Amino acid sequence: MPSKKSSWIALGCEGSANKLGIGLIRHTPTSATILSNLRHTFISPPGTGFLPKDTALHHRTEFVALARRAIAEAGISPADVDCICFTQGPGMGAPLTSVAIGARTLALLWDRPLVGVNHCVGHIEMGREVTGADNPVVLYVSGGNSQVIAYAEKRYRIFGETLDIAVGNCLDRFARVLNISNDPAPGYNIEQLAKKGKQLLELPYIVKGMDCSFSGILTSAEALAAQLLERGPDGAGFTVEDLCFSLQETIFAMLVEITERAMAHVGSSQVLIVGGVGCNERLQDMIASMAQERGGSVFAMDERFCIDNGIMIAHAGLLAYRTGFRTPLDESVCTQRFRTDDVYVEWRD
Amino acid sequence: MAATVSDAAAPAHQFPLPKILTNPASTPPTLITQGAEGRLYKTTYLRPDTACALKYRPPKPWRHPALDQRLTRHRILSEARILAKCRRDGLRVPSVYALDESAGWLMLEWIEGTPVRVNINNRLGNRTEGIEDDEQLKDLMRKIGTAVGKMHSIGIIHGDLTTSNMMLKPPSAGSQSDGAAGLEGEIVIIDLGLAGGGVHDEDRAVDLYVLERAFGSTHPRAECIFDEVLEAYKKSFKQAGVALKKLEEVRMRGRKRSMLG
Repeated sequence: MPSKKSSWIALGCEGSANKLGIGLIRHTPTSATILSNLRHTFISPPGTGFLPKDTALHHRTEFVALARRAIAEAGISPADVDCICFTQGPGMGAPLTSVAIGARTLALLWDRPLVGVNHCVGHIEMGREVTGADNPVVLYVSGGNSQVIAYAEKRYRIFGETLDIAVGNCLDRFARVLNISNDPAPGYNIEQLAKKGKQLLELPYIVKGMDCSFSGILTSAEALAAQLLERGPDGAGFTVEDLCFSLQETIFAMLVEITERAMAHVGSSQVLIVGGVGCNERLQDMIASMAQERGGSVFAMDERFCIDNGIMIAHAGLLAYRTGFRTPLDESVCTQRFRTDDVYVEWRD
Repeated sequence: MAATVSDAAAPAHQFPLPKILTNPASTPPTLITQGAEGRLYKTTYLRPDTACALKYRPPKPWRHPALDQRLTRHRILSEARILAKCRRDGLRVPSVYALDESAGWLMLEWIEGTPVRVNINNRLGNRTEGIEDDEQLKDLMRKIGTAVGKMHSIGIIHGDLTTSNMMLKPPSAGSQSDGAAGLEGEIVIIDLGLAGGGVHDEDRAVDLYVLERAFGSTHPRAECIFDEVLEAYKKSFKQAGVALKKLEEVRMRGRKRSMLG
């Protein structure tokens, strides 16, 4: 049935990890406009990670204020909102649930339908929208996920992924051993240190087909870090900067390799990098250089969209909403394990 | 490895040639494909009528030079060793003619035919129905299973099993009956650059898992007949059943992996 409606607005709530994000987006049949995109990050002290309990508390505490600000900044009233989108998974259980409660409350309060969104699909769709990449191979790298994805026949298919921990998790945990600050993000601080590194230390390099593994590298890097803490740079023969440099060079080379393999396999020359680790400029440069050699190009985004945010949830949710997708209240349960390829992508050909 | 692998369709020699191919005595090479690892050229070995494949791994400028050298040397030597072992133990793979690991190339027997991916896709065409009853396609699946089983039985783990990394070598010229959709012939496993020795069921299971996932993402419509691969695999060597049991575990792990943190 052709609908006369030509403008839709969605509110998106994201809280699968330590970022609470709320954003509003407007779609017309041909464009998407960001009305507001706010984020509040829970930052744990150096040497510690963010625990589910504390992170959930953070999200619950900040949700209402952030939602009010997002609405105010967008300059609209709740009556203009067509649907409430929220991250249904994957992610950490308690934080996901806290934000889902917030989303359900808004939905009931304003009498609007809910749309549950897969976090990974949110990243991909936002990436496509912002960069204009049409049908890229997607490298999705963050604290909780590391996947190489390509679209085929109505699903985002996972070609390669980590066999154990995510690449961002490897970086985060490594940062803890050396008490590198979590502000604004451990990966950012490692990147800054790595710029001053000179020496490449030998770390394991583990690629299996299009999959890779980071836990062994983390163990090796932690062992080297322990040596460094015990003996100091002179005794150990390398510095913190060298270690950060070596870790980045090794794990990013692995990521580039699996991405390149996926590109060769599907015959694509475009790459899109999404997820928090995608902010890393060294990784972006390496991927760009690889893509260029293959006669293609890379699409990378800045931290507004690479790092978890509400707008990507609103965007992906609204795409689904416009095809008729709804998440009834009694099916709005979150799940920590929600595969990217579980989502039926109705809105693409 | 055949000329039909033209996804890359790169105009010949937009890249500098590896030194070995600039020798005046060598047959002008054709760039066949730009794979993930490197480039594949078709040229000749010793005699102008002996076709061969030259796998060249150029330096990757984005990789730290020390890491790049380490990986390239290791992979060329290891691939050559593994290919030699496979031939010795009766698995059909390309034979090794020559190599230079510091220059980054490996010269191999030329295999006629097309990657299995192409055969499957040609066979599938636009069909959405009747795939599960396609006996010829299922027969191809079984051949894949048997070849992978043979490889595992001699203690080799491929490391990058996909339908692009297997060739279907048609029966000797002339006897082709089915044209482009022909599915008869012999499976030749190629691209053992990531392969290693391994007799653990875990390694075998991961190898199968890589194939299963690559198959599902490359040929989603043919996923329904993938079980034929595993069935044939099961019959191919004594330990296969245990590896398949392990595969179930690996699948479970795959589904649960790394969604936290």
